[in-house]
Amino acid sequence: MFENLHEKLQRAFKSLRGQAVLTEENIAEAMKQIRLALLEADVNFKVVKDLIDRIQAKAVGQEVLTALSPGEQVIKIVRDELVITLGQDTAKLKFASQPPTVVLMAGLQGSGKTTTSGKLANWLKNGGHRPLLVSVDVYRPAAREQLKVVANAIKANIYEGTVGEANTATVERLAKEARREAINSGCDVLIVDTAGRLHIDEQLMDEMQSLKKLLNPQEILFVADAMTGQDAVNSADEFHKKLTLTGVVLTKMDGDARGGAALSIRQVTGQPIKFIGVGEKYDALEPFHPDRIVGRILGMGDILSLIEKAESQIDKKKAQELANKALTGDGFSLEDFRDQLRQVRKMGSLQSIIGMLPSVGAFQGLQKAADKVDESQINRVEAIINSMTGYERNHHESINGSRRKRIARGSGTTVQEVNNLLRQYAQMRKMFKQMGKPSFARRMAGMKFPGM
Amino acid sequence: MIQTLFGSLDEEKKPSFVELMKEAVSRTRESLSERLEDVVSIGKEIDRSTLDDLEAILISADLGMATTEEVLQKLRHKADRKQIRDISELKKLIKAELFAILTTTGSRPITKVNGTPEVIMVVGVNGAGKTTSIGKLAQTFRSQGKTVLLCAADTFRAAAIEQLEIWGQRTGTEVIKTKPGGDPSAVLFDALQSATARGTDYVIVDTAGRLHTKQNLMLELEKMKRTAQRIVPGAPHETLLVMDATTGQNGLQQARQFTQSAGVTGIVLTKLDGTAKGGVVVAITRELGLPVRFVGVGEKVGDLLPFDAHDFVESLFN
Repeated sequence: MFENLHEKLQRAFKSLRGQAVLTEENIAEAMKQIRLALLEADVNFKVVKDLIDRIQAKAVGQEVLTALSPGEQVIKIVRDELVITLGQDTAKLKFASQPPTVVLMAGLQGSGKTTTSGKLANWLKNGGHRPLLVSVDVYRPAAREQLKVVANAIKANIYEGTVGEANTATVERLAKEARREAINSGCDVLIVDTAGRLHIDEQLMDEMQSLKKLLNPQEILFVADAMTGQDAVNSADEFHKKLTLTGVVLTKMDGDARGGAALSIRQVTGQPIKFIGVGEKYDALEPFHPDRIVGRILGMGDILSLIEKAESQIDKKKAQELANKALTGDGFSLEDFRDQLRQVRKMGSLQSIIGMLPSVGAFQGLQKAADKVDESQINRVEAIINSMTGYERNHHESINGSRRKRIARGSGTTVQEVNNLLRQYAQMRKMFKQMGKPSFARRMAGMKFPGM
Repeated sequence: MIQTLFGSLDEEKKPSFVELMKEAVSRTRESLSERLEDVVSIGKEIDRSTLDDLEAILISADLGMATTEEVLQKLRHKADRKQIRDISELKKLIKAELFAILTTTGSRPITKVNGTPEVIMVVGVNGAGKTTSIGKLAQTFRSQGKTVLLCAADTFRAAAIEQLEIWGQRTGTEVIKTKPGGDPSAVLFDALQSATARGTDYVIVDTAGRLHTKQNLMLELEKMKRTAQRIVPGAPHETLLVMDATTGQNGLQQARQFTQSAGVTGIVLTKLDGTAKGGVVVAITRELGLPVRFVGVGEKVGDLLPFDAHDFVESLFN
């Protein structure tokens, strides 16, 4: 349903051509589509109503711009409004002036508290802290065992203690002992993993309150599943009322849930989403960027994450060299082409890269094509280039018929494939040369980008 | 068999079942009825705008847009013709629609070769409640005097094996396991072989939680299915998808993907003792025809109830 929000909006605005301003009447259909899109993304319906009212208030009366289509204009308003709702800055953890800083993890059963505790400890460790983990989940079978395995895996300190009877007194004793242990062993952050509980379970919510009183934590993080539906507001609201949360961790964001719960939770608690869980490995915890999830909720991709990934994976110096070479003359050899292929591959599978692109405008077809991407194609291209001699890679014009035959044999491909590659390479080379000319930059500046 | 299990459990603990079921969904019921009253204020004529408000109510129960639309479309025709007179009639109609969706699923007869165990594979995303549901399911079978073997094929998550072992001790059920990180298909192989040798009635297979978007992990499930078939013909006889009642519209995608890879035959809806409605199962049943088999309503060993569409819908509105 989301994939074509942009299309639907365009259709809704067809009748708008020639009109000067956006009015309540002429954007009614567009508002309906946006509402539908948000609801399908699991944003709570009350939150949706609120948002739609605000978006409508902002849109009505705006002049129809010439640079953007009315659809794009409204999407921009929607996006800005969602970003504002989610809070604009990436939040950071608060630390105590007098260590240890205490981080209390709270949430429903199965939201991912234990895994997140481990990831957070790992994240803190990498940031130069000395975290101490403790599990006060004396109720769920093997919960404490689970945290111990996690702690061992990331080589983080853990306070184990002994359980005895599974009740609130034990929970409080463990928490107290762990804090003492943190002080004694010079750990500056204590992460307290608690049992999953329902927000309507009074007894366990009381226990959470007494833990808060006892530990006076700097952070109380609400761990919530990104797949949560309409009920997200109820649980988040109740946890916030009882505990005054300081932040939210949205887990399981590596799935295909739109994550509309993020908006709902943020709206009812007013607390920032500080981290997102993006995988099963212990380093799969990322700071939250409001502007990025908005694209996802609206089905418009996550270009910023893609850029960041590219930045972290691609060797910048090499890329710069390559760019200089390619743009300034005929330096872009087949060898450079191979280097580039390898760089792209370092970023992960093509599918995962394409998945981060928006699914509207010019990229629309790509999403569907992503399923059919043949990764082996790239391997073949690399094999072909590998089968060339160093001389050939730097002097592509020297590759004649018999050389082509040899290369095809050497790489297990056909002469046609070798021909194809050489043709494509020649085209790229030509394009790069043009890009290097000053006139190209001028042309680019005048171009309108698709989608947004 | 699970179908026969429904009947016998029903007879044995009829009062407690109905009570528990009602208790489990009472919150949903209260809020739904409350809002229904809001929507249809006394004396107000039921018309299109009333139905538009109703849309919000169904959506907030996580039924999803498509299902909500389907239900409302039918009511709309009647409202246009002024055939719906009062709120009780409106309730009755919605109930009938939901019930119709939930019961259109044909229960698939289980074809089992005599003398071999019935194999139940339990799958789902991370944190849905697979292991807990398995513990409760084992207890259900044990209380019927059946022999059960648990297979700890979640070799990935930290302490998953230990967790299943504790449930094994609680229910007096043996657990077949391997070391963490081992091949899930290998431990499944072992479990099925020893179950066959011993003439065990049921083998319940715990699998690692996995997001349905992880292609390689979904392939692993397919491999496990093939392994099961090799040792016990027709296995797995049941593949239960465990779903958290708080799940939103992504539940539909989960059901689609798991059905494709693991051949899901039914759903276990867990954590229904909270405020979540679990309405996404209506959407799932509507699209995929998957029946809800059980509901989880608590953390105790007895807190697993067979699902009954009639009772489910009734307790929502009565």
